[in-house]
Amino acid sequence: MSIKIKDVVNKKSPMTQGHRMCPGCGAPTAVHQGLMGVDFPLVVVNATGCLEVSTTVYPFSAWRVPWIHTAFENAGAGVSGVEAAYQALKKKGKIDKDIKFVAFGGDGGTYDIGLQSLSGALERGHDFTYICYNNQGYMNTGAQRSSATPRGANATTTPAGSVIPGKLQKPKDLTSIAAAHHIPYVAQTTLYNHMDVANKIKRAIETPGPAFVNILVPCVLFWRIDPALQGEICKKAADTRFWPIYEVIDGEWKLSYKPKKRVPVEEFLKPQGRYSHFFKGDKSKALLEQAQADIENEWKYILGRCGDTWEPQD
Amino acid sequence: MPRKEITSGNWAFAEAMRQIDPDVVAAYPITPSTDIIMKFAEFVANGKVETNFVTVESEHSAITACVTASAAGARVMTASSANGVALMHEIFPIAGCFRTPIVFGLVNRSVGAPINIHCDHSDSMGQRDLGWIHLYCEDAQEAYDSAIMAVRLSENNDVLTPVFVCQDGFITSHGFEPVEYLDDETVKNFVGEREPLNSLLDVDNPVSYGSFAMSEYYFEIKRQQIEANKKALELYDGIAKEYEAVSGRYYPMIDCYRTEDADHVIVIMSSASGAVKDVVDEMRDKGHKVGCLRIRMFRPFPKEAVAAALKGKKAVAVLDRCLSLGGTAPLVAEVRSALYASGEMIPTNSCIYGLGGRDFFPQYAEDIFMDLINGKISPEERYIGLLE
Repeated sequence: MSIKIKDVVNKKSPMTQGHRMCPGCGAPTAVHQGLMGVDFPLVVVNATGCLEVSTTVYPFSAWRVPWIHTAFENAGAGVSGVEAAYQALKKKGKIDKDIKFVAFGGDGGTYDIGLQSLSGALERGHDFTYICYNNQGYMNTGAQRSSATPRGANATTTPAGSVIPGKLQKPKDLTSIAAAHHIPYVAQTTLYNHMDVANKIKRAIETPGPAFVNILVPCVLFWRIDPALQGEICKKAADTRFWPIYEVIDGEWKLSYKPKKRVPVEEFLKPQGRYSHFFKGDKSKALLEQAQADIENEWKYILGRCGDTWEPQD
Repeated sequence: MPRKEITSGNWAFAEAMRQIDPDVVAAYPITPSTDIIMKFAEFVANGKVETNFVTVESEHSAITACVTASAAGARVMTASSANGVALMHEIFPIAGCFRTPIVFGLVNRSVGAPINIHCDHSDSMGQRDLGWIHLYCEDAQEAYDSAIMAVRLSENNDVLTPVFVCQDGFITSHGFEPVEYLDDETVKNFVGEREPLNSLLDVDNPVSYGSFAMSEYYFEIKRQQIEANKKALELYDGIAKEYEAVSGRYYPMIDCYRTEDADHVIVIMSSASGAVKDVVDEMRDKGHKVGCLRIRMFRPFPKEAVAAALKGKKAVAVLDRCLSLGGTAPLVAEVRSALYASGEMIPTNSCIYGLGGRDFFPQYAEDIFMDLINGKISPEERYIGLLE
């Protein structure tokens, strides 16, 4: 069932305002938009990261729902334990409510250090949703590169120098890795359309069994963007096909957003300070061409998986 | 009716798990504790327990799932050894601080390198300061009994501290000996139902576990764990006595074997105490006033009880099955500290034995006693059974 905005507009978000995330940060937006359509009681598991640190500065908590954080690399295992307890206690009649379980991890805690724990939880088939709020780097510790950092981006452990122009490698395709577990629901989106985010996460949570959603969110400080541009940057990510928006439902891949007009990658890169070296000096042309080529290759792969031929028009 | 079986330490522990029937077991295989979870898996497969058995992909995930399941109000157990225990290290202090009860069958094995599957205490000793209760068992019977008692201790709302029930890898875990099991009903009644505080699944009263607490609060939160450890020391004996009432077996925090009138005492933990006690009997027959003090509860360390048991002795030898490289071995450090704090200046030999499963023979115990009797006391560490 799709969400109607009039049904959700007066609902309380599971996370309050007054947390300590930066203005313009995409992570709290992902939490608010993502969970606004969910009608079940929730328990949230959080990997170490910005969202965890900034929402639970003791003795305060921004969470209106039960919440647990243990460490960085284990949100998958953490949510497995809570869900296992729930199933056991429900079977024994000690709990009667229908409760859903959501884990949040950044890209560092999901693509890198937490990948094993996530993979184990997906394989075991616990009934939970894992949401990766992906800002393409270790932003909580100061913008180090992760395996989600795009090629060419300036990160503090892959700085754009006079010899090496930022990160040299392409990002890992974690959404495909999650889909390769053949779980019932996988999706990739960004904050380009709040209803898309809300509907995907609602569907993920309501689907029995494991679900995974990879949501691209800007980090204002380290993408070096104007905080007011959060939505606009995400729209550019979708329109340039830098971040394809799609779902994998029971193994069926489907594009959920098909940009009508061809938009060059520059429009996504230009407003971001982490790509400022793409627009000056003698490497500029090569870097921009590489970025566009990476998009076209990835798009071809996604179209192949979707059995689609959609191309935006010039 | 109680029943007797010839069984191993691992299977005895697994039998306790069957009778306890925990809500969640999350576990990962590693020698020599694997037998516990394999036996338990059979109980699951044959419908002998209602447990939700989560076969995770690493020890790190095993202990993480145990912690979050316990925070969700479940009764939780697991087992591991050696490098698996080392991999869990990051999560142990979190379990301690969250005050999440867990009963953990720790089958002691040396930590690599060199990789070695046999017994010493380096795995659990590496976890000694992380807010867990440590019980060290002499034999399979004690491992079984301790698993049942540990549920009550761990889940006591004044304690709420996870418990390691340690037994010696292979020596106890794979050795076969007679074990008397309680009947299922007695165990069920003894452990009762868990009544969790602050459950994550109480969605009407949401709680946050694992907040970010800086210098303004961190110390005070640790202080609460200090108090919980004091409570564990205070409440342990009551639980042991209740257990004695249903089983006829009493396990004090320290096991004093002919120490009362002894002049010379060996202090030791776990299975090697059996050999020492035999030697005590033989030497007593020859007129030597010797005894064996076996430390069963290592954390919280029963300082006052240890000092009282050793008060007035002429000399003691403390045997560690573990090194503290570059420092003082853990048990002797605790014993000397307890003696010093109580004003007892008793000469103490520090002996390291049994590393990587090296056998401990009765002759060694006799030699160690004779050194004490003959006044051969010195501050340097001694290595028992080392070939060089």
